[in-house]
Amino acid sequence: MHSEIIMAGFGGQGVLLIGKLLAYAGMKAGNEVTWMPAYGPEMRGGTCNCTVVLSDKPVGSPITRSPHALIVLNLPSLEKFESAVRPGGVIVVNTSLINRLPARSDVRTVPVAANEIAQEAGTPKAANMVALGAFLGATGLGDMAVVKEVLGETFASRPKLIDLNQTCLDRGYEIGKACAAQARS
Amino acid sequence: MAKKLMKGCEAIGEAAINAGCRLFFGYPITPQNEIPEYLSARLPQVGGTFLQAESEVAASNMLYGAAGAGCRVFTSSSSPGISLMMEAMSYLAGAELPVVVVNIMRGGPGLGGILPSQSDYFQATKGGGHGDYRVLVLAPSTVQEAVDLTQDAFDLADEYRNPVMVVGDGLIGQMMEPVEFKRTISPEDLPPKPWATTGCAGRKPNIINSLLLNPEHLEAHNWHLHRKYQEMVKEIRWEDWLLDEPVDVLIVAYGTVARICKTAIDVLRARGIKVGLFRPITLYPFPEPQLSAAVDKAKKVLVTELSTGQMLEDVRAVVAGRKPVSFFGRVGGMVMTPEEIEHEVDKLVVQG
Repeated sequence: MHSEIIMAGFGGQGVLLIGKLLAYAGMKAGNEVTWMPAYGPEMRGGTCNCTVVLSDKPVGSPITRSPHALIVLNLPSLEKFESAVRPGGVIVVNTSLINRLPARSDVRTVPVAANEIAQEAGTPKAANMVALGAFLGATGLGDMAVVKEVLGETFASRPKLIDLNQTCLDRGYEIGKACAAQARS
Repeated sequence: MAKKLMKGCEAIGEAAINAGCRLFFGYPITPQNEIPEYLSARLPQVGGTFLQAESEVAASNMLYGAAGAGCRVFTSSSSPGISLMMEAMSYLAGAELPVVVVNIMRGGPGLGGILPSQSDYFQATKGGGHGDYRVLVLAPSTVQEAVDLTQDAFDLADEYRNPVMVVGDGLIGQMMEPVEFKRTISPEDLPPKPWATTGCAGRKPNIINSLLLNPEHLEAHNWHLHRKYQEMVKEIRWEDWLLDEPVDVLIVAYGTVARICKTAIDVLRARGIKVGLFRPITLYPFPEPQLSAAVDKAKKVLVTELSTGQMLEDVRAVVAGRKPVSFFGRVGGMVMTPEEIEHEVDKLVVQG
């Protein structure tokens, strides 16, 4: 197993956080992991991204120009990274904020209305969790139980957020899984 | 102890504490701010002192004072800040004071940019400040190695009574990877430093100084330092990767660049191209005999760095014209991709 994933969105949408959760869960599951944020001169409201590599052997390059998967929470991120994804890869698209789907036919698209789903669950702030859930459901990467455990540890100081975020993860996961099943049939 | 997922900078800070260091003096600069940030919270918890100085010049002279008093002490900065510390580095080397200096390198010259670079190789390995001195230089390529080498740096500094530098690029500083802190020592358990200026009641005063106006004394001191630097060859560390059999191309790279090369080598090997990697871990002393042995197994040598070719000069000196040496560099904060390395190797293979 070796998977390179880029997560991207506006600053404040929590893409670095879902990257950390994914990396942390990967480590707990016994994988080799790296988490690398883009740390250029960023500005408020600008785009933000990180790269996570999960592997069963020591990770070489912690950065990639050709990820296996992409999670995009806003349109500029889709435009920046769409063409980079490897053929056969997966693109999770937050359709709440992105008004088009990837133009490519050689990748699997997982559309998810992350903001609306998070809003229904209680707060649009957890849209990142919906998208992470959709990614996990669509790819089968990562163990949901471990991700939830990590989420619990991460939000230990704000316990009332744990249930809400777990609900969002679950909703996203179901959508991702359904999308994967559809692709297989 | 369970592994923790930590940012390189924070892991380096924790490594210093595990090495029994309780003093940090520094001045902020990107991309290493997470080191002082982490230590500003962590050092007071273990009875240490974090002090943000008014400048890098001040911070580095605070190191001189604390090291002279026999304390383990440490600073970190990034390229332009390290330049400001170079005067003190020369004095520290002259006065034989053990300190650890971490440089999370960014693009230069001048203020340059904030993105990853390896363009301070010359500064780190060839002196940097004035005078005929050297510091031991360690270059980690993973966060775990950054932890292990930072801890070792404190022991090596004390052993040789000399500054030790740990150099990483912005990737090492900003990346998170699982780490384990394998050993810890408290300041009370560190070996005594009988040369330190700790108060001379009941003994002859110790003097720490780098001013030797008598040329005969200064010459003797210079040769003494030189012998010490020569002894450091026993600390040489390196990694041979996929070099059991002869290779068509030997890549020489250090730090993060070496791991980008490993990804490229995996792909090249899968395509049947024989490539191996030599990774210096000590940049000074440079692993000359070890590299020379690796070069014997190769038809061609490719050096790749985040500079316009600095380590390249040391590699060329070792190869000494025996094999063709080519170079690929990215600079200014741009980082090479595994695909670019593959392309460079392909070009060398096609040339035959």
